[in-house]
Amino acid sequence: MSDVYIAGIDMIKFGRYPDKTPALLGAEAVLGALDDAGLTIKDVQAVYSGCVFNSMNGQKILQQVGAFGIPVTNLSNACATGATAVRDAWMAIRSGDYDVVLAVGVEQMTGMGMLGGPRASAISTEGLMGSASMPATFAEAGMEYAAKYGATFENFASVAVKNHHHSTFNPKAMLQKETPLEMVMGAEMIAYPNTKFMCSINVDGAAAAILVSERKAKELGLGRAVRIRASALASDPWQERNPQMPDINSATRLSAQQAYEMSGIDPSDLDLVELHDCFATAELLHYENLQLCGEGEAVRLLEDGETAIGGRIPVNLSGGLLSKGHPIAATGIANLYEVCTHLRGEAGQRQQPGAKIGLAHVVGLGTCSAVHILEKA
Amino acid sequence: MTDTDPALPLPAMPFIKVEPNGVARLEFQKCTACGAFSLETNRIACGKCGARGSFVAHQPETTTGTLHSYSIVHRSFPGVAVPFVSAIVDMDNGPSLKGNLRGIAQDPESISLGMAVNVVLDDALNRKDDQGNSYVCHFFEPIAAK
Repeated sequence: MSDVYIAGIDMIKFGRYPDKTPALLGAEAVLGALDDAGLTIKDVQAVYSGCVFNSMNGQKILQQVGAFGIPVTNLSNACATGATAVRDAWMAIRSGDYDVVLAVGVEQMTGMGMLGGPRASAISTEGLMGSASMPATFAEAGMEYAAKYGATFENFASVAVKNHHHSTFNPKAMLQKETPLEMVMGAEMIAYPNTKFMCSINVDGAAAAILVSERKAKELGLGRAVRIRASALASDPWQERNPQMPDINSATRLSAQQAYEMSGIDPSDLDLVELHDCFATAELLHYENLQLCGEGEAVRLLEDGETAIGGRIPVNLSGGLLSKGHPIAATGIANLYEVCTHLRGEAGQRQQPGAKIGLAHVVGLGTCSAVHILEKA
Repeated sequence: MTDTDPALPLPAMPFIKVEPNGVARLEFQKCTACGAFSLETNRIACGKCGARGSFVAHQPETTTGTLHSYSIVHRSFPGVAVPFVSAIVDMDNGPSLKGNLRGIAQDPESISLGMAVNVVLDDALNRKDDQGNSYVCHFFEPIAAK
């Protein structure tokens, strides 16, 4: 089975583009990724296109950049959509049928309110049977952790301080703004303990990756290529509180374990991690879910600065979803873009020195999780 | 003749039953193969163990439980009154439920995880469907330490 490489990858600057269509946003990312790989759309043999809020977006993107009848699969997997497109592209190349496959994720979310769907009932259930909003759902996940290990509102807020600080070095982040602890804790409370600065931003965005076989990677030259050491996807196993309380932990634990086993890489070998900080409360949980520290050690890892820029295992150097923005289907590929950028030594002021191995993670509520481990070729 | 008295409230969730005398009670589904609970009435197989046709009705012996997690919601979907406490409760003799925690200050200092609560059934905050029917819904209330 062929090793699979990322030959090209790009994301547009996340933001608000009300005058552009999802297809146009996707087209910009695809052309960026093709240029990065030194390929053209005529070299692409198959497409996996992720989009949650629009259908048949893959074809619409090809109509913008060159449509030649190749197979296109459109897919939706909540916030893991982009990473799932990459995993499908990875599997397509491993099958031996293709040498060059495009994975793209696009979302246009300008004007969308708070996400989350009410439960099926003849009357409105929000505020009657608790809240199904995403800020509340992830607040409850955080409070479960707080009860178990003593994490505080201030600890969760410190995640946002860190990630927003990182974003000041990332020109592609939506929000590039320092948010001191008092500002985060004093901001509008959305769903305790998540304040406004502890919630990811609804933005428009697109990201794309060109995956190639080992044969093609060598033909193109391995100079800037990134090898996919593991691509793992898991769903949530039965859990007694699920889905009353969505289980955001189990799927991540399963996909991370699979990825470490597949790659033979130990968590201590990682130079950087981009993980799914859709809300500040989620980041601490994922330190443990991804085995970056032991059970109950996430607060210490954060407060000791180990996950900040310059730390032992920096997390979300891009600014994370909290400041970069979270265009649902683009997020998974954008996380991979950040890791690739460091492995290539092209991350500028936020560069993790000597980065050789990185991990990218996403969680889609419902629930699924994807983990990719990347290595400098 | 109709099956239901139009004056009676309707259950807001499938696991709430309203008796002809108007008394509401909880009734869950329980897998006879593995003991897993379900809040849905129409189940053809068990999500925990995979057994088919294994669910039977289960009426919990008590309505008590413990608070597993919560969030104090200050901003919700448009038109929803805030703040309220969204809570997850593990029932002592039943499944976990999500609902509003009421009868307590909406302040993290006042709410402690693991606290004992009672599951009560009451009018669904005067919310009605488009035919004007009333509903009965579950709520959580703290059991005062005495």
